[in-house]
Amino acid sequence: MSLLVFVGVYAVGNPIDILINPQADQEDRERAIAALGLDKTLPMQYLSFLSGVVHGDLGRSFVHATSALGLILERMPATLELAFAAMLIAIVIGIPLGLWAGLRPNGVAGRTIMAGSILGFSLPTFWVGLMLIMVFSVILGWLPSNGRGPTVDVLGIPVSFLSFEGWRHLLLPATNLALFNVALLIRLTRAGAHEALLQDYVKFARAKGLTNVRVIGVHVLRNILIPIVTVIGLQFGALIAFAIVTESVFAWPGMGKLLIDSINLLDRPVIVAYLLVIVTFFIVINLLVDILYSLLDPRVRLSESGT
Amino acid sequence: MGPQAADVAPVARVTDNASPLRRIASDFVANPIAIAGLALLALIIAAAIAAPLISPQNPYDLAQIDIVDSKLPPGSAAPNGGTYWLGTDDQGRDMLSAIFYGLRISLAVGVISTVVALIIGLATGLAAAYFGGRLEQLIMRIVDIQLSFPSILIALILIAVLGQGTGKVITALVTVQWAYYARTVRSAALVEKRKEYIEAAHCLALSPARIVFRHLLPNCLPPMIVVATVQVAAAIALEATLSFLGLGLPITEPSLGLLIANGYQYLLSGKYWISFFPGLALLLTIVSINLVADQLRDVLNPRLQK
Repeated sequence: MSLLVFVGVYAVGNPIDILINPQADQEDRERAIAALGLDKTLPMQYLSFLSGVVHGDLGRSFVHATSALGLILERMPATLELAFAAMLIAIVIGIPLGLWAGLRPNGVAGRTIMAGSILGFSLPTFWVGLMLIMVFSVILGWLPSNGRGPTVDVLGIPVSFLSFEGWRHLLLPATNLALFNVALLIRLTRAGAHEALLQDYVKFARAKGLTNVRVIGVHVLRNILIPIVTVIGLQFGALIAFAIVTESVFAWPGMGKLLIDSINLLDRPVIVAYLLVIVTFFIVINLLVDILYSLLDPRVRLSESGT
Repeated sequence: MGPQAADVAPVARVTDNASPLRRIASDFVANPIAIAGLALLALIIAAAIAAPLISPQNPYDLAQIDIVDSKLPPGSAAPNGGTYWLGTDDQGRDMLSAIFYGLRISLAVGVISTVVALIIGLATGLAAAYFGGRLEQLIMRIVDIQLSFPSILIALILIAVLGQGTGKVITALVTVQWAYYARTVRSAALVEKRKEYIEAAHCLALSPARIVFRHLLPNCLPPMIVVATVQVAAAIALEATLSFLGLGLPITEPSLGLLIANGYQYLLSGKYWISFFPGLALLLTIVSINLVADQLRDVLNPRLQK
């Protein structure tokens, strides 16, 4: 896992970008280069970056002239809020639809749901975002098309979901981001339910005379939930990454939009800091999912304690 | 096709070679949705190739573009007596022509990057499976690392590092894709490697290169075809996304993604056609490729054969 971080830093630590305004004269140019530490050789820059990292400093943004890490942390709540909202939508829509399709695989509804899920995989996220804006903001005028709206501070962190206006701003981007995961959860739940229904324990539960609701709601759902929880966990990292696209479409002031702006402005410290933050995210998420997995699945837990 | 092949080749070879192909073809056409997908895809490819012939206007030729005609809605009359069926963009370009040319670029980038990635993936995956040991561990570790991150993230970081341009976008797409092929071909090759015909080839003291390329490779290809088809669609979508974010192809070669991005700013003022129609073309391309891939997967999967 530490290799992940190393590869990432190494890849971005390599290039030298030209940042200075082309109209600046030679003197200005040299002063700016020295101020940003770009006059040193590459290994020196890398070393000073590394020593900074050890002290919790990921460098200063070339453009904003503040701490790169601070910039990202400032934007992080917006991205996390968006990702959580999207995951919530995906769970609330995806699992019931998948269950329905799994229980009646040959019905019209089941087939429609599956065809719809293929569309969910095929549609490019950014275009769906544009279409959502077109329909709900431009034609119908129901929802705002960009920004976060007014935020409410909770423990010093600005959040949108506590106000009605915030919800209105959150709904479209979250739906957009959720789309892929809705399709994924539908397929996963359907496959799980389809398989579980053929198992002996379901037949046995039925033979005991349990109601259909109880068989499906308790016995089936519990068993298919293990892979679903795993995927939800792992997909959370992907959601944060894909938020880059959604944030750009909806002008949502999160980390992803910051990354795109930084790439366009060649603001290297921010790019490096973003990469480090997101790699850390992925490592933490993978770890949490592993722990969760052993908590949920008795087989994993028992085999580990057995050895 | 069949009778001609029978004239040339010995009878035994014809039954061995032609019948699986014919079976695959007949299995493929059994599904009407797959045929519709294939027909649509053929139409799209034809439109892309024939773009200069069928476009009402050359969208790159400034002499044919009049800024006065900018942002006209679909169906407006063009000054040369024609009609802007899909409207015009902010430069006064005919959207239909721009889409034909954009399809060309999007498809070319998707196919080129897939072919290059396929070759790299095949070489590394086969080497990993055949030689094993440290080499295999190294290659598969890199594959694992790469596949644990979303493709959009890897592509964006690469673009941030490499800079922008057509070659760099293709490099990014290749980097994102090769790991899928390496992993798929390795798992297929590991199964094939233990089979008797490879053992027989070893007994004949054939060179490793000959065993890998003439014996192992052809038998690992069916799953690769499916993965490659899906990946063409993924590459096209990813390129469009990068272009939309302003980090893809240069403005001089507008792909579908760039056309959509171009219309984004006019969307809010109700001029939907500049973004909508290129998006529709992109969507139809991706869906038709996925439909074909879906059917190929069923047809080529030996487990589903009766």
